[in-house]
Amino acid sequence: MNVSAPLKASDFKSDLKPVWCPGCGDYHVLLSLTKALADLERKPEEVAVISGIGCSSRIPAYLKCYGFHGVHGRSLPLGTGLKVARPDMTVIVAGGDGDGFSIGGNHFLHACRRNIDLTYIVMDNRVYGMTKGQPSPTTEPDWDSALSPGGTGLNPFHPLVIALASGANFVARAFSGDIRGTTKLISDAVNHPGFSFIQILSPCVTFRPEQKEWKSAIHAPPVEATDDPARAARRIMTDDGFNVGVLYRGDRRPYKIGDGVEHKTVADLEQEFQI
Amino acid sequence: MSDQIKIDTGISIALTGSGGAGVMTAGGMLLEAAAKSGFYGLQTRSVGPQIRGGEAAALLRLSNHAVEIHRGGFDILFALDWSNFSRFAAEITLDENSVVIFDPEGGEVPEIVSAATKNIIELPIKKFASEIPGGRMNMIALGIVAGAIDLPKETVLGLIVRKFASKGEAVLEASRACLEAGYKHAGSVANAPKLVSDAENADVPRWLITGNEAAALGAVRGGIKFAAAYPITPATEILEWLAPSLTAIGGNLVQAEDELSSINMIIGASYGGIPSITATSGPGLALMTESIGLATAAEVPVVIVDVMRGGPSTGIPTKSEQSDLNIAIYGLHGDAPHLVTAPLSVADCLFTTQWSVHLAEAMQVPAIILSDQYLGQAKMIIDKPADVAFFADRSKVEKIDTAYTRYALTADGVSPMAIPGTAGGQYTADGLEHSVTGTPSSAAEDHHDQLAKRRRKIEGFNYGTHWAEIEGEGDLVIVTWGSTAAPVREAAELARAEGISVKTIAVRLLAPLRVEALEAELAGARRVLVIEQNDLAQFYRYLRGHVDLPADTRAYHHPGPMMLSTTEILSEIMKEHRL
Amino acid sequence: MSANPDNEISSLSELLTHAYAIEEDAIDRYHMLGDQMEVHNNHELAKLFRDLAGHEEKHAAEIKARAETIGLMNLKSSEYKWPDTEGPELAALDEAHYRMTPWHALQMALKAETRAFEFFDHIVNTVTDPEIKKWAEEFREEEAEHVTLVERLLEKNPEPPAGWADDDDPPNLQE
Ligand SMILES: Cc1ncc(C[n+]2csc(CCOP(=O)(O)OP(=O)(O)O)c2C)c(N)n1
Ligand code: SF4
Ligand SMILES: [Mg+2]
Repeated sequence: MNVSAPLKASDFKSDLKPVWCPGCGDYHVLLSLTKALADLERKPEEVAVISGIGCSSRIPAYLKCYGFHGVHGRSLPLGTGLKVARPDMTVIVAGGDGDGFSIGGNHFLHACRRNIDLTYIVMDNRVYGMTKGQPSPTTEPDWDSALSPGGTGLNPFHPLVIALASGANFVARAFSGDIRGTTKLISDAVNHPGFSFIQILSPCVTFRPEQKEWKSAIHAPPVEATDDPARAARRIMTDDGFNVGVLYRGDRRPYKIGDGVEHKTVADLEQEFQI
Repeated sequence: MSDQIKIDTGISIALTGSGGAGVMTAGGMLLEAAAKSGFYGLQTRSVGPQIRGGEAAALLRLSNHAVEIHRGGFDILFALDWSNFSRFAAEITLDENSVVIFDPEGGEVPEIVSAATKNIIELPIKKFASEIPGGRMNMIALGIVAGAIDLPKETVLGLIVRKFASKGEAVLEASRACLEAGYKHAGSVANAPKLVSDAENADVPRWLITGNEAAALGAVRGGIKFAAAYPITPATEILEWLAPSLTAIGGNLVQAEDELSSINMIIGASYGGIPSITATSGPGLALMTESIGLATAAEVPVVIVDVMRGGPSTGIPTKSEQSDLNIAIYGLHGDAPHLVTAPLSVADCLFTTQWSVHLAEAMQVPAIILSDQYLGQAKMIIDKPADVAFFADRSKVEKIDTAYTRYALTADGVSPMAIPGTAGGQYTADGLEHSVTGTPSSAAEDHHDQLAKRRRKIEGFNYGTHWAEIEGEGDLVIVTWGSTAAPVREAAELARAEGISVKTIAVRLLAPLRVEALEAELAGARRVLVIEQNDLAQFYRYLRGHVDLPADTRAYHHPGPMMLSTTEILSEIMKEHRL
Repeated sequence: MSANPDNEISSLSELLTHAYAIEEDAIDRYHMLGDQMEVHNNHELAKLFRDLAGHEEKHAAEIKARAETIGLMNLKSSEYKWPDTEGPELAALDEAHYRMTPWHALQMALKAETRAFEFFDHIVNTVTDPEIKKWAEEFREEEAEHVTLVERLLEKNPEPPAGWADDDDPPNLQE
């Protein structure tokens, strides 16, 4: 590779062929992510992509960056530990709606609160794809499935509002098919200090084929991003769920990581035990 | 020979009181004064379930040589009051030589006490305190006991100044006056035993430390730079010591939202190349197990200290029990070879933790350290621990010229790790079974290769002699582990003094069990006693499953909250000896 | 959806950069689809997508040769002046299916080639610089040829009957 030539999106793709179903929205997300990383002018070795379990969580191995495919629901703690220990790395945590909002829901709240400088991408298909189509926390209440015949009857979880209320510093919605928009959102999110959250609507063509229609429902946001959480909340709660773009861009205080300086030696610490 | 070998080293003291009487502070100062005067000793505590104001007992043993555990009887009981004394009755055993001091305002002397001893001294401590403006009973009690056992007043005064100076002149003066008053009344306890110093020990550099502090220090000595924490009794002190200490040495501690998070945070940090630790107790360990399996499969070194308490479930949080052995060894799903170690004393919490950090890093595996409430929270005077050369020294790749294979099949099973940031080393760590490159694979060959590699790493490693501490010779062998090593070793020493030969093997490396080494040590054993503190004889059964034991192998075990005492172990040795 | 329709190509180098990117992206895209088909054992389609990629590779090499003296620009993804959310000559990923037939693939290719034709056609009709216009006309012609080529292939690969996507087996439960 020529050192001086800027990296292209394809330089961020690994040789591993995805196992995703053809047509799956996650292919678009993979493309957008590689484009964003190229635009950000990061080197692949300076980026770590951390995930849990699910179809979407397979994404790290499809990239040429450092990656960690952990256990179901725990990607945010993995990414948090990495970022605090290695603040020099660009950390992107990625996964699905089941992984992030169900089994990992508690970590989502606290990652937003902690506001560590990392980017969290959820490929939301309103279903557990990997386990053959069960309802997730974002699934519509009347969606019929083998595990919840006739639907769950439960109100869907609203990740963007939760993120906002929990302290995330950058909140955005994207649609996987909008590659240019998603690419831009990802690079903005990475550049924004603190915890950035992007909900990417990413159709599951196998278990939610009707989501192919999302393409025509998507539209640009009627107003600009705001730094006022109250306005952002009102807007997110009242929109149709299909406008994409940055919804909130705040300046909340990011998590304080130690300065990495050795102020004391271990021998200094031992003094307190001496009689 | 009689069954009644007496353990008469040092003085055992119990201070009890309730409602914020401050017996723990008084006990702590007594221990420190003894330390400063050249003695050894330890302090533990026993408390009621209240957060504040509960009944509390400060239990001390002071001696002119190192002691690891209570003797199993008390020479002095100082009761500021008798509230819920029954809670402690089983722990504070008295005999006809015990001296009891109490304040009549604190209630009637309980039956169990008056039945045990006639040396019961009534002193109006509350009244003494009320005569001093701002006077406090605990400081008077401190003066009386310190005076009665012959600790120098200036030493205790020095501690009082250090402790109370920041609270203002009035408080300091009141404490000083109380101490003086206490020393004045110490004469009323004329028949108390005295601490007799041993000139040899006076100049040995000594530390005053708890096992939890020692474990935390061992961690940073070993090279730990990151910790994630979710508080739980009795492990919290490790985390609270690490929080400022790690920041001071250029590391970090993050308070997590739960143990599912803390274990994953340390895995993430360690994946980033930074040696990492967490500390918890049984309930937290149970939550962590899925991810400890991840660390095993993805080959990310992490250290987890489990400061065991009574279980199952919430169990008895403030009491010690060695009942997490099974979950530590067998709790991971799949075939998941990992390390399980156990410190054998308070001082050994330092060594074992430092060693475990080294082992985990050298083999890129998780290590679970089984400490317990006793070791963790006992405060002990120990000789300054030696520096040992066990550090985090992970095999890493510095420069990558050709394609990198993260999980390459090497002779010792350890594959050099690419630390994020290293150009050309990019790989995806995975809990899914994988090929040598880390690519997910369900192929039989990859599964078998990787399983074998991960097993080879820890089975073929050279652990040296540290796998156990072995003392004595004899055809009666006691095998034990963890905190139970202390009463076992004390009992064995007393037995040897009586001419009974007994060999003790205190196992520090529980997994992988050094079967060959253990069998070699057991060669020639006629009888084996396996001693531990749990109901199901977990260690005994574990040994039965792996080790060729003599036919006459017996378990001696009981669950918490009572520790195994030197006396009861001694009596088991006598039983075996007679057989 | 975000798009920058009113950006105008303003130099020859920029035009060539776009023309080259169109081909490069198309190669990547056809290979991506080829990979998908390979993983899902639709070998006929895998080969078809590889062939389409090979075709674009030839085209890309030609453009690269032509750009030798003028030089290509290093643009960020957001700096490209595509009329849509991504480059024009890209088979739509969301139209892929593991049981798709050549007809589907060729339909995808047809749309992609037509969009590329329209991209250059738009430049031809709007750009003022005569030099850029001239080159854009050439690219437009090439795309027109591609469209014809795909149309001819389509004659040999008719639309499959309904039910082409049916799979008697249920999906597999994974992780
Ligand atoms: C502890 C645990 N429980 C359950 C599973 C099974 N499981 C795997 S993926 C998944 C759901 C994934 O859904 P989502 O995160 O939305 O990902 P998608 O496949 O839709 O991209 C479940 C329940 C598991 N792997 N681990
Ligand atoms: S099951 Fe759904 S989410 Fe999973 S790969 Fe297929 S389309 Fe994508
Ligand atoms: Mg999902």
